[in-house]
Amino acid sequence: MSQTLAEKLVSRAAGKAVRPGEIVTCKVDLAMMHDSGGPRRVKPMLERLGAKIWDPDKVVLVTDHYLPASDEESKRIIHIARHWAASEGVQHFYDMQGICHVVLPERGHLRPGMFVVGGDSHSPTGGAFAAYMFGVGATEMLGVLVTGEIWLKVPHTIAMDFDGRFDRAVSAKDVMLFLITRFGMDGGQYQAVEYRGSGIRALPMQERMTLCNMAAELGAQTGLIASDATTQSFLNAEIETWDSDPGAKLLAHHRFKAAELEPQVAAPHSPANAKPAREFRDTKINFAYIGACTGAKLEDLRMAAKVFKGKKSRVKLVVAPASLRDQQTAEREGTLQVLLDAGAELLANSCGMCAGYGTLLGPEVVAISTTARNFKGRMGSPEAQVYLASPYTVAASAIAGRIEDPREALA
Amino acid sequence: MKAWVFGDNIDTDAMAPGRYMKSGIAEIAKHCMESINPEFSRKIQRGDCVIGGRNFGMGSSREQAPEALRHLGVAALVAQSFAGLFYRNALNLGLPAVVCLEAKRIRAGDALSIDFEKGKITNKTSGDVLDCEPIPAHLMQMVRDGGLLPHLEKRLKK
Repeated sequence: MSQTLAEKLVSRAAGKAVRPGEIVTCKVDLAMMHDSGGPRRVKPMLERLGAKIWDPDKVVLVTDHYLPASDEESKRIIHIARHWAASEGVQHFYDMQGICHVVLPERGHLRPGMFVVGGDSHSPTGGAFAAYMFGVGATEMLGVLVTGEIWLKVPHTIAMDFDGRFDRAVSAKDVMLFLITRFGMDGGQYQAVEYRGSGIRALPMQERMTLCNMAAELGAQTGLIASDATTQSFLNAEIETWDSDPGAKLLAHHRFKAAELEPQVAAPHSPANAKPAREFRDTKINFAYIGACTGAKLEDLRMAAKVFKGKKSRVKLVVAPASLRDQQTAEREGTLQVLLDAGAELLANSCGMCAGYGTLLGPEVVAISTTARNFKGRMGSPEAQVYLASPYTVAASAIAGRIEDPREALA
Repeated sequence: MKAWVFGDNIDTDAMAPGRYMKSGIAEIAKHCMESINPEFSRKIQRGDCVIGGRNFGMGSSREQAPEALRHLGVAALVAQSFAGLFYRNALNLGLPAVVCLEAKRIRAGDALSIDFEKGKITNKTSGDVLDCEPIPAHLMQMVRDGGLLPHLEKRLKK
């Protein structure tokens, strides 16, 4: 029987052939946590149960939310994470190395075929590696840590097919803002979204990660992309090919022409408020942010640098590279210097302003940001206006001091 | 239970704003929903319920979102649909969440009674009886135990 990629991955984890809609228990290959939803929440619960974690080697802990730890509460939370990793024998502990969704594949923890849970809503990012990965809350994570298992309703698959070539000024972020606006923030119906087509195949790994990351904003349980030579070369390891069977039954199959997609901007206060960037040209901005798991990976920094190259930002520009390793690579190749020359202020390799955990936006701020969510008040004052866009568009807008379509700058 | 009505796509940042996330639940709860209704946390009474439209609880996986509602005494959530991750979190914390396609017929301040297992909402103010999706018995048992943690604790003691 033909199966979708999602059904194949869940079948493997459940140890039997599954059908969409069926409720099954799956064995978890890897559980990822960060400082916010991780030890500070699960440690007291584990103690209350008097339970140990099922397999410390299958746990990855990353500090990324309360960094830099600038106040006593943040320091306390980070301290709990460090202490817990040591006391529980969690060897895969990445402290101040960057955002969990970026660090996890960067350090080789993901392989096609795996079944992974993450204590963060953007965990579908891992689906870019043809792993079934989704987000859970802290109590559900506790259940995984104690049992090594989790129940799941086998998802249907919604295919998003982009055929042809994207414009050189169009990126994964544009694809997602377009899809979220088209289908709504519940368009994914908590099912699996699979990105396909020659346009998707041509994207580098970190762009694919952005697509799967924002499956969260589509309301899907996960986002998936079949593994191929690009996956293999990023992981620098022998991998299995995991893909949907031709003819596997889909809940929906949406087909788009990649070449028709224009750069998108989502207006406050929802990622589902997107229109072509050119329609926002009268919108003045006073802040530009390049950060987060969805918007400050090496590929994102490169996109921004391509637009800036030698030009200055007219507005306050803040860059928080998504991982230390990506920042170091950007430094070596000169990408980071271009951003600094444009006037960028550099922040720590953490979730930073995206989650509203660090510096907050004031009520007077009109920002353009590479992040995933512009919910009212998320990044600070409820009066702050946050527009979402690709690194190309954020850079072009920072140069112009107003929202700008990046196509001219890249022509 | 008295109904507090919210719209579509209410996100978890609204229920547990990021800038208070380093604090304990009592502090987070004080700011619950403040970007939408600044009076909510002060005026809600123990045993009241929260009504949403489509995709209630979208966004972050932060469990403090349903936990803040529970802390304020919210006894049930009713919505046309819930974000999947939030729905799991709510039940895991012992907060019953009921899917009701006709949730929009409930007005702010209406007095409700809900039969979770039969899937019925009786609106004592309007006289409406609304069908909703029953919560399966095994999940309801976990909710009655107070959530997944006390439920696991009970099971491990047996």
